[in-house]
Amino acid sequence: MAAEIKAPPLRQHAEAPALAPGAMEASKPYVATAKMQEAIGFPGELAEGWERRALDKMGELLGKYRSLKVYLDACVHCGACTDKCHYFLGTGDPLNMPVARQDLMRSVYRRHFTLAGKLFPRLVGARDLTKDVFDQWYTYYNQCSECRRCSVYCPYGIDTAEITMAGKEIMDAAGLGQKYTNEIIGKVHRIGNNLGLPGPALADTLAGLEEDVKEETGADVRFPLDRKGAEVLLVTPSADFFAEPHVDSLIGYAKVFHAAGVSWTLSSHASEAGNFGLFIGSYDQLRTIATRIREAALELGVKRIVVGECGHAWRVAYSMWNTLAGIGAGGDDPYAQALQRQLDGRYTQPMHICEVTHDLIRRGALTLDREANDHRVVTFHDSCNVARASRMGDVPGGQFRIPREIIRAVANRYVEMAPGTTHDATFCCGGGGGLLTDELIDLRVKGALPRMEALRQVADGQGVNFMATICAICKAQFTKVLPYYGFKMGMVGGVHQLVSTAIRLGVPH
Amino acid sequence: MTALFVLLLYTATAVLVAGVGYRVWDYARTPAPLKIPTTPAPTTRGGVALRMAREVVLFESLFRSNLWTWAFGWLFHAGLALVLLRHLRYFVEPVPAWLAFVQPFGIWAGVAMAAGLAGLWARRFLVPRVRYISTPSDHLMIVLLLAIALTGLAMTFVAHADIVAVKAFILGLVLFDWQPLPGDPLVAVHLALVAVLMLVFPFSKLLHAPGLFFSPTRNQADDPRERRHLAPWAARLDREP
Ligand code: HEM
Ligand code: SF4
Ligand code: SF4
Repeated sequence: MAAEIKAPPLRQHAEAPALAPGAMEASKPYVATAKMQEAIGFPGELAEGWERRALDKMGELLGKYRSLKVYLDACVHCGACTDKCHYFLGTGDPLNMPVARQDLMRSVYRRHFTLAGKLFPRLVGARDLTKDVFDQWYTYYNQCSECRRCSVYCPYGIDTAEITMAGKEIMDAAGLGQKYTNEIIGKVHRIGNNLGLPGPALADTLAGLEEDVKEETGADVRFPLDRKGAEVLLVTPSADFFAEPHVDSLIGYAKVFHAAGVSWTLSSHASEAGNFGLFIGSYDQLRTIATRIREAALELGVKRIVVGECGHAWRVAYSMWNTLAGIGAGGDDPYAQALQRQLDGRYTQPMHICEVTHDLIRRGALTLDREANDHRVVTFHDSCNVARASRMGDVPGGQFRIPREIIRAVANRYVEMAPGTTHDATFCCGGGGGLLTDELIDLRVKGALPRMEALRQVADGQGVNFMATICAICKAQFTKVLPYYGFKMGMVGGVHQLVSTAIRLGVPH
Repeated sequence: MTALFVLLLYTATAVLVAGVGYRVWDYARTPAPLKIPTTPAPTTRGGVALRMAREVVLFESLFRSNLWTWAFGWLFHAGLALVLLRHLRYFVEPVPAWLAFVQPFGIWAGVAMAAGLAGLWARRFLVPRVRYISTPSDHLMIVLLLAIALTGLAMTFVAHADIVAVKAFILGLVLFDWQPLPGDPLVAVHLALVAVLMLVFPFSKLLHAPGLFFSPTRNQADDPRERRHLAPWAARLDREP
């Protein structure tokens, strides 16, 4: 049995830790079984000839992704990114420094794809692709949450997430997959959502929620499923259907639609906003998973598509749905137009639920009782994918402003965490990128360190007792990790959980 | 000796131009299939040009991440830029007034360049994180540049080179009317080192200079909901059933 997992001590000043080589070399997620791999089109295991398959895949990706090619060439080893990764700050393992993580692949790239590395491997730090190197990839590419904090600080914008994703795709192509992500991708194809909740069970759950809300508020708030002709298709992470505190945000969205008189529906075909294709860097998976949303929208004939509180899902929806599935605007090809003509051009497509709520608040369409949240002193954790890989509203930075304005509209007491830990400098919760699995709990606890330090400061200094966030992974991760740092797990919740508390239904406005 | 240097410098120039040209062409033809600007990002092409200009001229991102590295790095690059400008005078005749004007600054730029390099090199020993990631080639690159800077400065401050003869030699290269290489060993060493730099440029991390302009996290506009962004290989998927 492994040693007891403990949170590292909080640092007094946010200085970089001493290097602890090998500190995390034992941290690895479970490997996907042959069955899971084959279910989503990858070889079942690292069979004979895997090196060739891996290098072929790498060559293919170098031709398909400019990011990969440029980033492997351009790094000057300046070291600016070395103290920016939460996993390095929490573990001290030098291979968790973003540049060192990239070098695990760069060394192989140099050896097999560049003249310098073929001629002078030692000089430029080039290595053959061996089983040891591949194992190291598996270990450390599964210690990157693809949060992109390093890309903010690199003078060339080198995004380690791009390298990690390529690494995972190469490993998958060679037959070495990660169980948590790949099993879930299988589920989304088979059942429609990441949690494997089938349609009838979902219908039951939603009916239960209608009763709960009726009891609480007296209002007939609906949670429609597969309702043709609804105005809005809501796509939300499946954790919203039953996990705590996620479900409170789902109730919040439903109340907002109810209060605004907007007809909406969920879809059993696309009952999941999450898209783990992103985490494993697979364009094919990204695309097939995103296409489900397109199909559901066409099938239900909706006019708008709205996305619930989920960080990476919003990244995929905002930045990639238009590319992957023609959900957006400005497509001039028949494939994209088939959907874009159906959608209501007066609204941005897709929209974040926060954009919807923010708009309604601005127009005075909601009745809000701020005092209802007076038992809470709220702070906001920017989720990495929302902060650094997406936007809300019309102007850059809307992804920071809009959720904060909603919070201020529904709660009286709001406190900002220290600069350098919020907005685009935000720290990942420690569980993103397909690492939200129990066997990685040690990594997850340590990776949360920088966020926990910032939270400790405002909790002790200003009495903060609620950390709002708009990401299902952040919520699940913090719920699990907060107790290790001496916080209550109920301290984390959604922005729409706060909205749900404050909103008054049935009051004429 | 002259023939050797003529050959060396022509080869180096050819390798530099062809090598960097090939890289740029290769980067340009490789698509960026997904929208991945690091946000908040400008929403227009003009905004992107401005963001890029701030990165190139001011090293904006580096300024946010590490002040020491920024200070040394910027000193070195600004120095290098001015020094390169100053060297133009060897290639043109007559020397225009503005070029004559930058000459005195160019000398101090050389000092700044050497100082910046020394600072960057020191970091590779003194900061454990940077020491950990440094490869022999990282050290050699700094040594090479420092040697170029120091031989150059030596010719300015210590043992004056016959710059009239140097200019004749270089203009000769430009005009394909070869003139003898001045006998000064410092000149020979300086020129040889520069040739080495040009030769390794396309095969080394010096590709960061063209690379920056092709970095999707920096050069993409943040407009994915308004415009459908499709790489050619990805567009083909839409047409398959
Ligand atoms: C578009 C032009 C260029 C830009 C924007 C640029 C930018 C940068 C930046 C931001 C760094 C990291 C900070 C640092 O270590 O200084 C860097 C490093 C470096 N640059 Fe450039 N650079 C450019 C052109 C060049 C050229 C033409 C050379 C040499 C001939 C060069 C040589 C170097 C070297 C050797 C380093 C690494 C220094 C070290 O080892 O720490 N750069 N560059
Ligand atoms: S993307 Fe995030 S987790 Fe990955 S190396 Fe960069 S900072 Fe670390
Ligand atoms: S900041 Fe960028 S260039 Fe510097 S070491 Fe990190 S990845 Fe390389």
